[in-house]
Amino acid sequence: MGHDNTHKLAIFRGRLKFKSNVQKIWGVLIFLSIITIIEVGFGIWKPSILVDNYFIGMKLLNWVFIILTLVKAYYIAWDFMHLRDEKSSLRRAVVWTAVFLVAYLLFILLQEGTYIEGVKTNGFIKWNF
Amino acid sequence: MEATVSNTGTEGKVWGGGNKPLQASYGKMMMWFFILSDALTFSGFLAAYGFSRFKFIDSWPIADEVYNHFPGLHGDHPMYFVALMTFILIASSVTMVLAVDAGHHMNKKKVTFYMFLTIIGGGIFLGSQAWEWTNFIQGYYGAVETKGGQILQFVDTKMEEGDEKMHRVSVEDFAIASHQERVQHESKNGLWFMSESALPAYTVEDIVTGFNKHANLAVRTQELMPNMEALEASTDPADLAKAARMKASYVNTDQTGQKGVLNRAASEKALKDAVVYVKGANLIHNEYGNRLFGDFFFFITGFHGFHVFSGVVINLIIFFNIILGTYDRRKNNYEMVEKVGLYWHFVDLVWVFVFTFFYLV
Repeated sequence: MGHDNTHKLAIFRGRLKFKSNVQKIWGVLIFLSIITIIEVGFGIWKPSILVDNYFIGMKLLNWVFIILTLVKAYYIAWDFMHLRDEKSSLRRAVVWTAVFLVAYLLFILLQEGTYIEGVKTNGFIKWNF
Repeated sequence: MEATVSNTGTEGKVWGGGNKPLQASYGKMMMWFFILSDALTFSGFLAAYGFSRFKFIDSWPIADEVYNHFPGLHGDHPMYFVALMTFILIASSVTMVLAVDAGHHMNKKKVTFYMFLTIIGGGIFLGSQAWEWTNFIQGYYGAVETKGGQILQFVDTKMEEGDEKMHRVSVEDFAIASHQERVQHESKNGLWFMSESALPAYTVEDIVTGFNKHANLAVRTQELMPNMEALEASTDPADLAKAARMKASYVNTDQTGQKGVLNRAASEKALKDAVVYVKGANLIHNEYGNRLFGDFFFFITGFHGFHVFSGVVINLIIFFNIILGTYDRRKNNYEMVEKVGLYWHFVDLVWVFVFTFFYLV
């Protein structure tokens, strides 16, 4: 089998290098835990500047949560599922397929959800009887 | 035993399959394809959840008020339990990567140990989820549902100093149970092909009688308070009408983002539409708010939990194979552990998204 047991040991675009693969795993665990703690902290604290301001129909706080989630997803896929060590063609085949299809699906469904909400609020339909 | 194979003369060359453009074995690549399709399935569920949420953006339940239990503690403790569950799953992901790494070094002892820890982690996560479901299904305060499917909850208007919002009141604390003639119909004492689900503990009349006797109670609706100042500053007549309507019936119009609490007169009027007492949750009713909220919770966390469960089962099989030395004999650096590892991490990956969209956003 084609195992050469070589791992790319640097994360954060080479800014943080680890001595061994095991060390990198623990490093990524610490990083993921810190992000989770930040998320929970924001979830309890709910700073009003992030709650009261909106960007494309969503609270800034929710954007923060989603971005932090994507960061976590990146490190789980890249380091735990070792996509970092795979050939870039395999990586792209997996990641871009999902990214494009999900982005399309989200656009359609969230757009329609907002439209129906508009009809419900402004239309001549009684829904709370 | 040899089958007839015709040689084409291209063996080992590009067109003969001698090329591995992705440098991944067949099994690993198929695992990736499976994960990709499963990821799209979960995306479909979560996108549908987003659809319903945007559709009911002004009345969706507030997650912090629903998932606020912690084992051994009373009162309001939002977030902590799910944060713990997330940590458990990430930790079991780490032991899985360590198992894969030990496999690359053909260290059977270490692979066995880390696989064992991974399975334990998965088991703890499943137990936590069962606990979470139990709380969700049993409910705590109870509520009434109206003809139009709206949920009305009860709060105490007397606020103590330092309280940010009115405390919820359990229906059991004020409803006056009346004598009931009606008993649940079971198939054993009637038509054998007919039965019905358990009758609610209180009738709507019981609750209304109790409500009328307690002047400090009020009804809380599903409606979330908009930013009143912004609404009143608007030039759109629809916005102004909405602001006027809310000011007339709600007492907490200054609490943007909180559920609206009706004044006493509006509360009594709202209770006239009530048809059934709801406690906890099932697939049809739930005391937390919108019906779809309960359905999505059961469906998405249930589907994820099923993935975790099957992951634990697969991990167990692999664990026993490791002990038996199956992968040691294959001499391929425990590739099977790597493949189930991919699945296990995927389950963790999905949870990260479920965590965000159910508990945080």
